[in-house]
Amino acid sequence: MSNPKFGVVIFPGSNCDHDSYYVVKKILNHEVKFIWHQETSLDNTDVIILPGGFSYGDYLRSGAIARFSPVMNAVTDFAKKGGIVIGICNGFQILLEAGLLPGAMMKNNSLKFICKFVNLKVANNDTPFTNKLEKDEIINIPIAHGDGNYFASEDTIKELQDNNQIVFQYCDKNGNISDEANPNGSLLNIAGIINKQKNVLGMMPHPERASDKVLGYTDGYKIFDSIINYFKL
Amino acid sequence: MFHAKIKVTLRKSILDPQGKATENSLHSLKYNSVKNVRIGKYIELDIDESNEEKARSLVEEISNKLLSNPIMEDYTYELEKK
Repeated sequence: MSNPKFGVVIFPGSNCDHDSYYVVKKILNHEVKFIWHQETSLDNTDVIILPGGFSYGDYLRSGAIARFSPVMNAVTDFAKKGGIVIGICNGFQILLEAGLLPGAMMKNNSLKFICKFVNLKVANNDTPFTNKLEKDEIINIPIAHGDGNYFASEDTIKELQDNNQIVFQYCDKNGNISDEANPNGSLLNIAGIINKQKNVLGMMPHPERASDKVLGYTDGYKIFDSIINYFKL
Repeated sequence: MFHAKIKVTLRKSILDPQGKATENSLHSLKYNSVKNVRIGKYIELDIDESNEEKARSLVEEISNKLLSNPIMEDYTYELEKK
């Protein structure tokens, strides 16, 4: 297979949908379409992006209402059949609420909305989303969230570690995974995780905001490039 | 018809940053005897059922499914006939 077709889901309140669309279309030069949250079919797309934003105003809990959108039934079926799904920021929160990834997001421990570039350590590069990155490589990608404090039970955390499901961790510029480098209080500095089957990734940082050379940062591009590379393997 | 009052709070084992910040603010106002502030959500709703058991199991179902996230939250509720 080659040249995957991308779909970007739009929920009411999504605000990174156009950024994601732009990166796929103009930077990656791949086919991409928007998928409205009321749709019940994904219309032959190969990769689904759940973008960042504030779906349904983040009412109740981030992602709690979006996960019951009609489109999420199709996304769940797609994911269960091995389809490639990436949830970015609010998209990650939706994947957690939907149970497609384990754990939950709490308010940042600082109680502040944090919008800044962070360093991430690539903890697992053997995934469809990170195969163009080196293991332990440090990448620089921005975060922008109020609820990014990853929480899960001890058993779940152990399972994530045992199955190598932790993909990105907040670190300092030297790659140390420390409390000082943890922007939000996430357990084990978790910034991104993958499911056991390795086809569903959730990450709080925004790779689509660090993919265009014009903006000066391109580490996010490597994640999208990895997805495309995966379809060539 | 039944009326339900549902309280959702972070699990006791989880640090509540909002509660902590509010507690610190109360302490700075010299209310030093105030301890263990926890902040949660309060939800009221009506249920158009005549059978109390049915209403009760419905409240529990929606609380587990949508109103709370059992991974990090607990809920309690009161149910009264309307």
